[in-house]
Amino acid sequence: MIGLDHYLVLAAALFCIGFVGAVVKRNAIAVLMGVELMLNAVNLNLVAFDRFGVHVVPLGQSFAVFIIAVAAAEVAVALAIILTLYRRRSNTRVDDLDMLKW
Amino acid sequence: MVESAIGLVLAPLASFILISFVTRRAAILSAVISIAAAGISFALSLSLLVGVLSAPAGAGLAAGAHASIQWLSIPSIGRFRGLEIAMGVLVDPLSATMSVIVSLVAFLVTIYSLGYMKGDPGFSRYFSYLSLFAFSMLGLVIADNYFQTFVFWELVGLCSYLLIGFWYAKPSASDAARKAFVTNRWADFAFMVGVILLFIFFGTFDFGQLSSAIAGARGSAMLALVAALVFVGPLGKSAQFPFHVWLPDAMEGPTPVSALIHAATMVAAGVYLIARGFALFQSVPGVMETMAYLGGFTALFAASIALVQKDIKRILAYSTLSQLGYMFMALGVGSMSAGMFHLTTHAFFKALLFLGAGSVIHATEEQDIFKMGGLGKKMKITAWTFVIGALALSGIFPLAGFWSKDEILFASLSSGHIGLYVLGIAVAFMTAFYMFRLIFTAFGGTAFGGTASGGEPTEHAHVHESGPAMTIPLIVLAVLSVFAGLIGSPWFQSAFGFSFGSFIFFGRPEASHLDMTTASISTVVALSGIFLAWLVYGKKLLKAERIAAALGPLYRLLDHKFYIDEIYAWVFAKIMLGLGIVFDWIDHYIVDGLFDGLGGATRALGRKLRLTQSGRLQGYALVIFAAVAIAVVFISTDLLGGFLK
Repeated sequence: MIGLDHYLVLAAALFCIGFVGAVVKRNAIAVLMGVELMLNAVNLNLVAFDRFGVHVVPLGQSFAVFIIAVAAAEVAVALAIILTLYRRRSNTRVDDLDMLKW
Repeated sequence: MVESAIGLVLAPLASFILISFVTRRAAILSAVISIAAAGISFALSLSLLVGVLSAPAGAGLAAGAHASIQWLSIPSIGRFRGLEIAMGVLVDPLSATMSVIVSLVAFLVTIYSLGYMKGDPGFSRYFSYLSLFAFSMLGLVIADNYFQTFVFWELVGLCSYLLIGFWYAKPSASDAARKAFVTNRWADFAFMVGVILLFIFFGTFDFGQLSSAIAGARGSAMLALVAALVFVGPLGKSAQFPFHVWLPDAMEGPTPVSALIHAATMVAAGVYLIARGFALFQSVPGVMETMAYLGGFTALFAASIALVQKDIKRILAYSTLSQLGYMFMALGVGSMSAGMFHLTTHAFFKALLFLGAGSVIHATEEQDIFKMGGLGKKMKITAWTFVIGALALSGIFPLAGFWSKDEILFASLSSGHIGLYVLGIAVAFMTAFYMFRLIFTAFGGTAFGGTASGGEPTEHAHVHESGPAMTIPLIVLAVLSVFAGLIGSPWFQSAFGFSFGSFIFFGRPEASHLDMTTASISTVVALSGIFLAWLVYGKKLLKAERIAAALGPLYRLLDHKFYIDEIYAWVFAKIMLGLGIVFDWIDHYIVDGLFDGLGGATRALGRKLRLTQSGRLQGYALVIFAAVAIAVVFISTDLLGGFLK
């Protein structure tokens, strides 16, 4: 029988993979993909809690839908930034980027 | 009455503002404005005096008017007491008389200055300062509380500073101005602390309310402390020992200023303040005794220095110190009438003497009396008015000084201060001697230029009498010096039913008396002083040099003014400067070190911390995640105070 724990472990694993990808990858596209994985791990959590919890309204599912929508928007913006970055520097290496430093 | 009191203060202020901002370039117009303002003040103060005089006889300080407005009000919050400061006008016989003296002398001096300061590049500036002084002094006189008094007290100090240092390009003048200011600051600091304590203890600055509050606090230690502190203020302003050092140096200012500020009015402000706050001082016998003996000591001390001075203005300056000492003595033995009476007569004859000296200096451009001589023939009006002033100062019957000095001597005798009485007689002798030493040397004789000082004889062929702007004030003051004393005489009392003593008094009215014993003793003493001066400097029967040589060490002591200036210089050079060096070191190395260290530590920390700001997004993400993880651990662990199970 697959219970809540299974979902949570899967989501945690997915989140960790995404986090490591977002933090250690040098390619900006890969970083973006890591972020997407983390978002989806959260989505999985939300849906699992919603399914196994005692709720009258499907709050977790509706939040998951919101997050999918926001993630789509985020990807659009992030890809635009990466594209601009590529045009200016002809690569997308994240560790060369220290423009946030004053 | 209140309106005229406000008007007489504001007229000189208006003149000061007008001269400073509008007529700066038009010298004569400035002088005219200043004279007009002083005249308005004088007229208004006369109307005040008439108003006060028309009150029923024997009303004393109750006659007059009082009005005040709330100037600053900070409400009490809990146990923190609020602050109530009023600005007001107090018109009574004391302030009305004082304002007449101040505005009359100011008026005459302003006219005199027209002649004396002619052609000076700072002509307009001079008159603006004179007006500012008149404003400050009159404001001080009509003030109804200690706070207001203190404000104007500082203002007259400022004017004194500005006018002593009027010829600021001359180093001695600017030094003297600073000396006057600093010496006064020492005294004023104690005064200020006293006034603040007064408010803390009694909750009011108002003279009237204080006198009733003080009556209930008699004999308490804090009252003694307050009285002693407030008393230091007058000591500084009236240049009593040990604060006397600034006054002789203040003679660096223009001579009319010396007459107005440093003889007739501002230095008398100390005496006036003691009279104004007599309820406070009178309730502490220790302070009164100190006042009497300090005054007596200063009188003797300054008169003895005046015996050997050569500079005409310095002789008069020491004489002023000595006479102020008399006034303190009178107040100290409990006779406010005698003190104020002497203040009144002294204002007239000392202003006269200073203006006469100014006339001489203006004509000869010389201040050493031993380089003058025979001026009596060239400057008749100046010489005669000067002699009248000197006779009045020496206390010769029936001139002004006779009545007031006798009143003081009688007061000290009748209050049982035999020592002070003897001292007063000695001072009277010295006074007569040094004044006539001056007259016989400067005005008497035939040849110009003596050799007593060892100086080269100088020709004063161009010497001539001063113009009417200078001689008319001299004549007016001479007339006052002759007759002003009569207001305190028994004759005046029998003719008009009142006299100075029943007009200005504390407690109960004092009758005017002509005590034949004291009067005859002091007259004989004064005449013998004059006679001795005539023997030494008129007839030259006794050689002044031989007397000086016989009294060698004493003469040197007097010539160096008892070395007080040297002692102060030593104290300041060694002790104050040493303290200054210590404090400088503390400031440099401890205080600055503390804050420099604080700054340095912050910078060093910053230098390390900036390494964490790499600008790399992934590093930031890692830190944020770690922080969130730690926060989650904290809030989910029971042991660490977490609430999530």
